Amino acid sequence: MLATEEAVEQMWGVTLDRLYDSEEGRRILSCIQCGTCAGTCPHGEHMQYPPRRIITMLKAGLIEEVFASDSLVMCVNCYACQSKCPRNIRLTEILLPLVKEQTIVRLPQMPPELQKAVENSYRYGNSQGESARKRALWTKTATVPIRILADDPRPVDALWFVESDLAFHPRGQDVARATARVFDALGADFAILGNEERTAGDCGRLSWEPGLSEALIDYTMSILKKYEFRRIVVSDPHAFDAFKYRYPMFGFDETVESTVSYVHRDLEKIRPRLKKRLEYTVTYHDSCCLGRHNKLFEEPRELLLAIPGIRLVEMVHTRENGLCCGGGGGGMWLDTYYKARGIERLSDRRVREALDTGADVLAIACPYEISRFEDAVKVAGAEGRLRVRDIMELLVESFGDA
Amino acid sequence: MNIVVLMKQVPDLVEELEVDAGGTLLDRAWLRFITSEYDDHALEQALLLKEQHGGTVRVLALDMGEADEMLFTALAKGADSAVKLSGDFATGIDSHSAAGIYRHALEGASFDLILTGVQAIDDLDGPAGAMLATHLGLPYIGVVSGIDVDTANGEAHVRKEYPGGLLAEFTVDLPAVIGIQAAMQPPRYVPISRIRQTMKTASIDETAAQGERIAGAISVERMYKPERAGSATMLEGSADSIAERLLDILTEHGIGR
Repeated sequence: MLATEEAVEQMWGVTLDRLYDSEEGRRILSCIQCGTCAGTCPHGEHMQYPPRRIITMLKAGLIEEVFASDSLVMCVNCYACQSKCPRNIRLTEILLPLVKEQTIVRLPQMPPELQKAVENSYRYGNSQGESARKRALWTKTATVPIRILADDPRPVDALWFVESDLAFHPRGQDVARATARVFDALGADFAILGNEERTAGDCGRLSWEPGLSEALIDYTMSILKKYEFRRIVVSDPHAFDAFKYRYPMFGFDETVESTVSYVHRDLEKIRPRLKKRLEYTVTYHDSCCLGRHNKLFEEPRELLLAIPGIRLVEMVHTRENGLCCGGGGGGMWLDTYYKARGIERLSDRRVREALDTGADVLAIACPYEISRFEDAVKVAGAEGRLRVRDIMELLVESFGDA
Repeated sequence: MNIVVLMKQVPDLVEELEVDAGGTLLDRAWLRFITSEYDDHALEQALLLKEQHGGTVRVLALDMGEADEMLFTALAKGADSAVKLSGDFATGIDSHSAAGIYRHALEGASFDLILTGVQAIDDLDGPAGAMLATHLGLPYIGVVSGIDVDTANGEAHVRKEYPGGLLAEFTVDLPAVIGIQAAMQPPRYVPISRIRQTMKTASIDETAAQGERIAGAISVERMYKPERAGSATMLEGSADSIAERLLDILTEHGIGR
């Protein structure tokens, strides 16, 4: 089921007690209790109340019991339950964040890493807690010119929204530099917000913090108003989701594209540049936001197959069934919380699936996955056997002139 | 149980620190301020005591850095009122001056307890609480990491940690001033929606900072980045030759025989 922006849009500001005022809210009442949601949830076996039972409790007026358990802290917003629901109930988009918000508010203590990430996002505009003035530092080591709009505010075709993980994480910066090279090879007219950029705020909403999301959306909207551009190209699928589904509720109506689609559309322009054969066996991890939520299954694979030499193999869970890396919905900052409850990291599970394919490269298109999977590769003792590479990095490697 | 919490803003170490042209102060042009961590703990401890015993929490802060944000956050967390003491603090303020201002603001006020961070990273000087107590004629105890209040007997039992893994418990008569090292639980999280809501609905009382500077403050003669004092020498070669060379070096320095 493809998400429709309008349906989600209706739901901003809806609270659990006003849930049935809207059509999408009332749809929850049509649940047939089949339990597909619980079965497909990657953390389902660790939830006392998986989505099916939450709906029962909600109807019975016993939702407080659900809040009191920490079931929804386990939700990584991977859209698996929503994509399988035969009644098309918008579990991940609507119901689960509302329940999660109330659950986390009632925890005896906010998980410290999540608290830090949320506070950092509010104060510094990035979950890492880095100085906002260092956001554009990575451009100094880029090998192609990168226009920063504050310095050169002329109208631009593509406003590239880089996001924090690409701007600050050392491996993310590799991807940012590679992406800039690919854009340059496309002959794209692009520019970035530089130090004016702050995180788009998707994970705020989905990890229960609507206030944080609102603050960040207000800010980003005010910055975007300063510049003229034809489209926003977004590297982080979480930010892409934010622009596509959350920002419109605040009056945002710009064209948004993910980096993958943007590059894919002009693939023929860079194909002649893909000269160096990469004799790799590659398996591609579908990120939840790009894949299940936005159905971008073919474009990333076609980009990979455009590289001469690459052999593509699939993991056991793929496309619609892709297994979440565990980073969504605040999961990025809940590893310790999960571990204390004996829950295996989803990234560890996913990397084992990748190793089982015999691939030597795990290709990704979401910046969360670099740190999560590179960690998991070390946990699996597979360093040197499996490398984690963003699609943009592989394209640049095939340019052969780096 | 009426508690006063004194909070202040300190330079945020996330930003690069530079010394200004005068050579005695941080360059404020690029500085960003953040709530002093110890003061955040003092606020948390006050909120915990309020939850336990009822009463009010009143927060006082000097108008520096992001004082408004800090005070609204305190209100959102559960403080009952917030006071901003305005004045010219553009080049910062030493502990003695701060104590003088707080003394003026609190003389004659009614409270059971004054809590503040035991020190702050901008001067690591730490006497503000003690001086304030002295001038208000109250007892002071610092480096505290646990408080139980006995309202019936008007006293507090406080714990502080000593080096070498020793803990001590003290009983202090109320009202008193207490310098907090750590609250009994980490500073709580307050949803950002609540902070934003508080900014729209609550207000901060603003009053001019007055009071005489208490004499005896330290003054900064020179502020500078740590200077490189020497460097490590890496010994290379076989284990035996390294051991021999190491012995020579130790002997040279009078450590080996």
